[in-house]
Amino acid sequence: MLFVIEQGLNGVQFGVMLFLMAAGLTLVFGIMNMINLAHGSLYMIGAYVAAYAFGATGSYLLSIAVALLAALLVGVAIEIVVFRALYRRDHLDQVLATFGLILFFNEIVRMIWGATALYATIPGFLAGQTEVLPGLPYPTYRLAIIAVGLGVALLLYYVVAKTRLGMLIRAGASNREMVGALGVNIAFLYTLVFGLGAVLAALSGLMAGPIFTVESGMGDSVLILAFVVIVIGGIGSIRGAFVASLLVGVVDTMGRVFLRSILAAFMARSAADNAGPALASMLIYILMAAVLFFRPQGLFPPRGR
Amino acid sequence: MKFSPQAAAILLGLALLALVPVFSALAGESFYVDLFTRILIFAIAAMSLDLILGYGGMVSFGHAAYLGIGSYAVGILDHYGVDNGFLQFALAIGASAAVALFIGAVSLRTSGVYFIMITLAFTQMIYFLGVSLNTFGGDDGMNIAHNSDFAGLIDLGNATALYYFVLGFLILFLVLGYRLVDSRFGMAIRGAKSNERRMIAIGFPTYRYKLAAFVIAGAVCGVAGALLANQSLFMSPAIMHWSRSGEIMVMVLLGGTGTLFGPVVGAVVLLALENTLSGYTEHWQAILGPILVLVVLFARQGLFGLVERRAAHGAGRG
Repeated sequence: MLFVIEQGLNGVQFGVMLFLMAAGLTLVFGIMNMINLAHGSLYMIGAYVAAYAFGATGSYLLSIAVALLAALLVGVAIEIVVFRALYRRDHLDQVLATFGLILFFNEIVRMIWGATALYATIPGFLAGQTEVLPGLPYPTYRLAIIAVGLGVALLLYYVVAKTRLGMLIRAGASNREMVGALGVNIAFLYTLVFGLGAVLAALSGLMAGPIFTVESGMGDSVLILAFVVIVIGGIGSIRGAFVASLLVGVVDTMGRVFLRSILAAFMARSAADNAGPALASMLIYILMAAVLFFRPQGLFPPRGR
Repeated sequence: MKFSPQAAAILLGLALLALVPVFSALAGESFYVDLFTRILIFAIAAMSLDLILGYGGMVSFGHAAYLGIGSYAVGILDHYGVDNGFLQFALAIGASAAVALFIGAVSLRTSGVYFIMITLAFTQMIYFLGVSLNTFGGDDGMNIAHNSDFAGLIDLGNATALYYFVLGFLILFLVLGYRLVDSRFGMAIRGAKSNERRMIAIGFPTYRYKLAAFVIAGAVCGVAGALLANQSLFMSPAIMHWSRSGEIMVMVLLGGTGTLFGPVVGAVVLLALENTLSGYTEHWQAILGPILVLVVLFARQGLFGLVERRAAHGAGRG
């Protein structure tokens, strides 16, 4: 039972990291109707800059600040230089241009930091384990990720539901033209939302650094998962992204751990050994296909569309 | 077909492609035949995607799946000692058509960005299926022992023979493709792209038309996969990776959507560019990326679209 709880925590931890990625993606998608494949690059930049700055300065908090700032600057720069010209184009053009950006950024980090993976360390005060339940020690660092993720989710909820900026964001998600017609500076709102998304992606990336490897292209697989999340959650919905992130995180983690033994109860051991991992990798895509089949708009489609 | 500037450009392009082995022999670099064989295989894949993407408005972000299925069809039969090419290619076509039928039947119930994502999801499933097939090399892939054997009619082990074999398929699919998009069927597909509701209202079952086009595109791409297996004598799940689907889509856009020959141009330009740039610097992707962005921002109809636009411009003046 403790093992199940531990894996559940792993799932939640993975889920909140996906949420940080998906939140920015779903806002950019929902408000600007823009497919941004380069969102994973901002995740990667966050991880690289944080790992490098932590190694160079020895200060964890400073490395976080530098990484977030770097991602914010890069994000705002590509928004102004590239994306502004893309908002009115169709999704295909956006896919092609941001695919080009992925190639560019993957190569740039390779040029700066080399082709070998960077080693990211866990800061001393987060190393070690904490006993979450009697007899269940759990890595402190992963608990911290869960805490940060939930904290950011609450903050985002506050911003989106209670502030003027959030009101504009919600209005933008349900009817962009009308918001513009009412005299809101749409260009500035877009840059702001995009910068916010960039910072969240970098935060996710810098926390992922010590868990996964910091390497060129690390953002691409997470990006695909984040897309799965926002499609399941309903494009443009932060709440949907949150629920779907946790769902995907837990389903994926649990599937990888338990599916093999569950299958072994029904079929031959060797067949289960083969089918288990395969089915586990496919599980979230099956989940997404099923959601799209029964609820084509996702679980929480934004109102007013 | 009228002898328009486009037709002239297509014929010129194909004539140049037919001469590649000659140039390559003159230059004494047999490597170019290999490179262009690969390019033409991707040209077939990109052209098949253009059939549904450019004419049908179905943005499939999972076209690499059929490339993989076609190549696995050849590889798996070869693994069991069956190297009869007719059988291998029939399986490649049949299997990719069947998978496309299933994926299309589910995906076409959605549209827009949801269609993009659901086709991606299915391709990811097939990718992970390939990773889990330990009998056939799993993640690492597997070497293919023999080329497809077409009853001794053609030796695909010979690079030049394989090149003309691939070029033959490309020309065949181009001819069939142009006939298809100009047919009543093609008109219905294009109608569904520009206004599906109206097409339904005047009595076309657009879902069935689109599904048929989706299956045709999948089957053609399956052939490209079977050819790829012969070119590389290797198969691995990497063929089906989502970035490969992206690459095929880039070829279509680079060359120009809804032109069929545009994607061929796109495949030649993209892969030749990759090859040339990687000869100068190992960081060629840092150059290719911005080029793609510039193409999107400034060459909106794609490269082949430029020919078309000049043609229209000339006609307007003439």
